Amino acid sequence: MKYIDGFRNPEAAAQFVRQIVAQGRALDEQGRRVHVMEVCGSHTMAIGRYGIRSLLPGNVELISGPGCPVCVTAPGYIDAALALAGRGAIVATFGDMVRVPGSDSDLTACRSQGGDVRVCYSPGAALELARRQPDRDVVFLAIGFETTIAPMACLVEEAQRQGVKNFSLLTAFKRVPPALRALLSDPEIRIDAFLCPAHVSAIIGTLAYDPIAADGRVPCVIAGFEPLDILYGVHGILAQVLNRQAKVENLYARVVRPEGNPKAQAMIARFLEPVDAAWRGLGVIPASGLALRSEYAMFDAAKKFGIAVCPGRQQAGCRCGEVIKGKIRPSACALFAKVCTPENPVGPCMVSAEGTCAAYFKYGLPDKTQGEKK
Amino acid sequence: MSGDKLIQLAHGGGGWLTRELIESEIVARFGNGPLRGLPDGATLPSPRGQLVFTTDSFVVQPLEFPGGNIGHLAVHGTVNDIAVCGGVPLWLSLALIIEEGLPFAVLARVLDSVRSAADACGVTVATGDTKVVARGQGDGLYVNTAGIGQALPEFALSRERIREGDCVLVNGPLADHGLAVLAARQNIGFVNGPQSDTAPIHRLVLSVRDLGASVRFMRDPTRGGAAAVLNEIVGGAGFGILMRERDLPLNPATRAVSEMLGIDPLHVASEGRVILICAAGAAPEILRRWHAMPEGAGAACLGVVTRDNTGRVVLETLAGGRRLVDVPRGELLPRIC
Amino acid sequence: MKLAEIRADGKGLAELDGCRHVVDLSLVNGVSPGAYLIVHAGYAIETLDQESADATLSLFEEMAKEVASETRSANAEP
Repeated sequence: MKYIDGFRNPEAAAQFVRQIVAQGRALDEQGRRVHVMEVCGSHTMAIGRYGIRSLLPGNVELISGPGCPVCVTAPGYIDAALALAGRGAIVATFGDMVRVPGSDSDLTACRSQGGDVRVCYSPGAALELARRQPDRDVVFLAIGFETTIAPMACLVEEAQRQGVKNFSLLTAFKRVPPALRALLSDPEIRIDAFLCPAHVSAIIGTLAYDPIAADGRVPCVIAGFEPLDILYGVHGILAQVLNRQAKVENLYARVVRPEGNPKAQAMIARFLEPVDAAWRGLGVIPASGLALRSEYAMFDAAKKFGIAVCPGRQQAGCRCGEVIKGKIRPSACALFAKVCTPENPVGPCMVSAEGTCAAYFKYGLPDKTQGEKK
Repeated sequence: MSGDKLIQLAHGGGGWLTRELIESEIVARFGNGPLRGLPDGATLPSPRGQLVFTTDSFVVQPLEFPGGNIGHLAVHGTVNDIAVCGGVPLWLSLALIIEEGLPFAVLARVLDSVRSAADACGVTVATGDTKVVARGQGDGLYVNTAGIGQALPEFALSRERIREGDCVLVNGPLADHGLAVLAARQNIGFVNGPQSDTAPIHRLVLSVRDLGASVRFMRDPTRGGAAAVLNEIVGGAGFGILMRERDLPLNPATRAVSEMLGIDPLHVASEGRVILICAAGAAPEILRRWHAMPEGAGAACLGVVTRDNTGRVVLETLAGGRRLVDVPRGELLPRIC
Repeated sequence: MKLAEIRADGKGLAELDGCRHVVDLSLVNGVSPGAYLIVHAGYAIETLDQESADATLSLFEEMAKEVASETRSANAEP
């Protein structure tokens, strides 16, 4: 596969690992440990899939932060989706959402009790569903960061252009840069560097990270999510740390431009406006969310149907909030893999396609240095 | 029967239309042998030694997919189950549950495939049944086949015989069937897309019967793919299995679709593959023999049985790291076979 | 994925090793068949800068060769 296989070359990976191990030794001589946080669901999964943690030296810790947009959404969002299904709407969603717990129930239970919950493989399929069934309301569960928000804006434009009246989005859109600031100012977490997201960065550009690197005094390295990209990114971070630098460095220049994707940014700005948003684990972060502008209220399911999205209740014992902000590893949660599993999740992190607990559960081996899993 | 004729409810009623259906579709294809005269059951000569007896139902959607149809699966699935138990397949039963409204042309193509697959495998369709259910109650066509085979005395297949150092062999690339079906469902058009690997593997098993003492265990990686089968093998056992990602045999189109859909090929069904665990010393000879056969052209060593990571299947990734290959969890791929 | 063709309705057909899927091109500008696209949820969100990609690949290939030559010299030592 062109432009994919070359970024998975095992020999090059071995060489990167050699260099990273040497960097680890140099840090060791300075008595230093490094905590690198990644904040991208694709990175979380790729790190698990390729066993990256098993290759890193013991004094380099790769922490998964709030990279999963489903996980950072409060349980009340699911409650709102269930309320819409209860009113007879077709609730269209990506597959991994159907087991995410709400305050009392989830979409799978709703479906087996007769709720019309449909799994879509793409947002376009949900719009198509609305066109084919004009007598039913179709609500698409639209959760995501900037990478997803831009396509969602296109979808709203298409719906408007086609005059589709029975289609709306229940949105939970969030912006990554405000979360990075909130993480840096959280006394409970130690972050020495950010491994910045691949495709969120393609939308927002590298310039978005300048204030974070400067104010937080942390390296911000943008990397792709092929295994060589991730190792390249870690290597770049360690080089900066050793040189006591804190720069924004773009190691995914083949996709990410300094200004990002202006067309995508314009689409987002046209249809959406910043709002305050509540992040599971991080609390309310000002201007960290994006909501449809009032002139597009007919596509905003919450406004259209008068449903308030409340915070809802987490299940007892759930520590997703702490996992999301990188305060604890999944194995530190007493429920992990014992009570909370992909079939019986207590929180979203175990069941979301990009959830940290899901990645650890699926890919993790017991590891002497990092004490993971089973 | 004309191309646009549809199955009616009455075709399952037991009356005139049923007789017509059986004559034109079943007897015409399978009427020589035990089915001649349409007895209620087949009276068959008893093979020597032990029997292998198996059954499988097939609910694949769509009924026809790149590389095959439900008819092929129905024969190969049961033939292969007999084979991985160390048996020679002999007879099949064929039960059809047809939904009212299924075009005769589709039924004809499926049954043609059952006939040609059975002939190619050297098995006889000895008995069967046909029912019709009302529109909306059946999803086109469901098929069940049961199979009887003769157990080969050379094989004593058991997980308990598996030892550290044993090799895990497979006769060809993984996941083609499941990804071909999924690509068809998701309208992923293709120039050279994945084709189902549906095929019989019993000749591969027969080809190594004289090495039976070195063959520890066999399974066919259908639902849940190689990951499901290998985890079944190591579950609760005193050994683990280690695979290397760079050695996993995958066809390019299958890899491409798995990338596009974000699906791990280790979790996806094959319908023409056997996973065989053997003593290390026998592996080169088994691979050599398989490579000489069309069903074994892409045969490879998937991995090795290890003393560490007991009860687990571990993958050494392209990056050189290690990670778990778990049993597939969560919402799995429905109606693949 | 490589853009194989642009349909009359403006959508693209992106191809990976012969397998094609429909892709929405609203978020990218001025693409023509032969361009490589980054696709998310059925939308192209950026085009691949092939020059930059080739440069990164060359870097990785060089690193791979270093491993090979190190292994050779390690094996050559008594």
